Amino acid sequence: MKNKQILWRGEMTTKATLFRKGLAFLSGGISWLLIFLILPGLLFVGVSFATRGDHGELLWKFTIENYERLMGFSLFGWTPDYLIILWRSVEVAFVTTLVSVILSYPLSFFIASRPAKSRYVWLTLVIVPFWTNMVIRTYAWFYLLSPELPLAKLAIALGFIPEGTPLYPNAIAVYLGMVSVFLPFVTLPLYSSVEKLDWSLVEAAQDLYSSKFRVFRQAILPQTAPGLSVGIILTFVPAMGTFVVPDLLGGAKYMLVGNLIQQQFGSSRDWPFGAAVSLGLMILTMISLQIYSRKGKEIEIL
Amino acid sequence: MRNCHPIIKILALFTVWFLYLPLMGVAVCSVNSARDGWVWKGFTLDWYVKLFDNEWILNSALNTLILAVVSTAIATVLGTVLAIGISRFPWGRKTNSFLNMMLNIPVVIPDIIMAGSLVVVFGILREVSSMFDMGMIDMIIGHVTFQIAFVALVVRSRLALIGQDVEEAGRDLFASNWYLMRKVMLPLMMPGIVAGAMLAFTLSLDDFVLSFFLSGPDSQTLPLYIYAAVRRGVTPQIHALSTLIVLVTVVLVVGAERLSKKEVA
Repeated sequence: MKNKQILWRGEMTTKATLFRKGLAFLSGGISWLLIFLILPGLLFVGVSFATRGDHGELLWKFTIENYERLMGFSLFGWTPDYLIILWRSVEVAFVTTLVSVILSYPLSFFIASRPAKSRYVWLTLVIVPFWTNMVIRTYAWFYLLSPELPLAKLAIALGFIPEGTPLYPNAIAVYLGMVSVFLPFVTLPLYSSVEKLDWSLVEAAQDLYSSKFRVFRQAILPQTAPGLSVGIILTFVPAMGTFVVPDLLGGAKYMLVGNLIQQQFGSSRDWPFGAAVSLGLMILTMISLQIYSRKGKEIEIL
Repeated sequence: MRNCHPIIKILALFTVWFLYLPLMGVAVCSVNSARDGWVWKGFTLDWYVKLFDNEWILNSALNTLILAVVSTAIATVLGTVLAIGISRFPWGRKTNSFLNMMLNIPVVIPDIIMAGSLVVVFGILREVSSMFDMGMIDMIIGHVTFQIAFVALVVRSRLALIGQDVEEAGRDLFASNWYLMRKVMLPLMMPGIVAGAMLAFTLSLDDFVLSFFLSGPDSQTLPLYIYAAVRRGVTPQIHALSTLIVLVTVVLVVGAERLSKKEVA
């Protein structure tokens, strides 16, 4: 039976040959991903249960100490430091996503309402920051908030900060940087949904005397949901793990989980703890997305 | 198209202004002859000229380019072949969902986790061979790993668009495997392959985290250079370099847009 001739896309072949050929095509890419993505991931889980040697080397001795540390338990009792960092990362990612969504709606409606020719220019204006390196955009904020520039001078004149200090590191600087970095990640997918919007539904809702809020919730939101979902995921996931923005604009005062991970692989050289924090981040991201997808379904049902 | 409410318009313009304010500030200062501060002392291109005297910057630019070109080349070949393998064979439901998962993981996983796990793997491989010392090879492997998935996703959607009729027609006309691949499938797939390669290239230029984790002393890239320079103190040279990179990005974006429009026409 195995050698029975079959016709596949115009070619007379057998199932076995077809299978062999397909495997040959898959082998390169899949083995690359297995070796450099899946295996490292599994190894990472293992490492998070390993021990750090005195000089930062890996000792394959099973322990759950790394997770205990992440939860705040140490030789000196319980401290919530790491948990605060984890919670803060969720909070920053959430607020960044929310603000980006709120700003993206007017922006994508505005772009969609432009005449065809200038619409392309406006769209390019959003695509360029999307593709500009994150370090450069963060650096630009870093510079804009530095002591010699008008923004900081104004704050100094108003007495918010002492003479000669920049407007960072603090939470506001982190949020400014985060929103400007991630905003295009929401706007672009959202725009692709807004562009296809069926306006007759909006008009129908208006004709039936819906409040503005109801028009948005029942006529616009469901239609833009696909783009919005992509935008939210594209923003939330990287925002949780980002470390360039909080590193330059938040400093030690406003550390996020990305900085904590980077520290373990950089200066502290504590791979097992770094792996444990990474898995913590992974789990938090999954939980948040899970909550979102459940809430998202409710919105669709409404 | 409908008109939009003035409030929406103001909000939208504010948002665009917000996106560009910092970049504009940096661009203005990059042509200001004052060394620091917000005082206009006349137009100059000196800071740009000086960039080309700085060996560190030239080296970093070269590294950035090598990294992007080599990783894109590898990822485009592997990703394209993978996409053909996925969509041209009658895989079962389970295999298909496995393949889908493999393509989606690199897209959704936070890059810092990928970087961390590669640091550990290369740390272990280093004991076997010094080839895996922190540096260009590690960075290329890291970049290819996330690029493959993006290339494969783009090429796969192009393959879905092509459909199977042309292939069957080719077979009916007695085209050999090789002829069919080279003269029929490849030209049809080309727009997808080019789009995938461009995406991979830009992703490589955009990356900071993987390079930051995996780079060695001789493999600094431009984003790493800027990041390190900021910690030492802001200089007009960095303004010039950043502005130049933004301009290159503009050229790439507009170029890609033009190219994709041509494909459609």
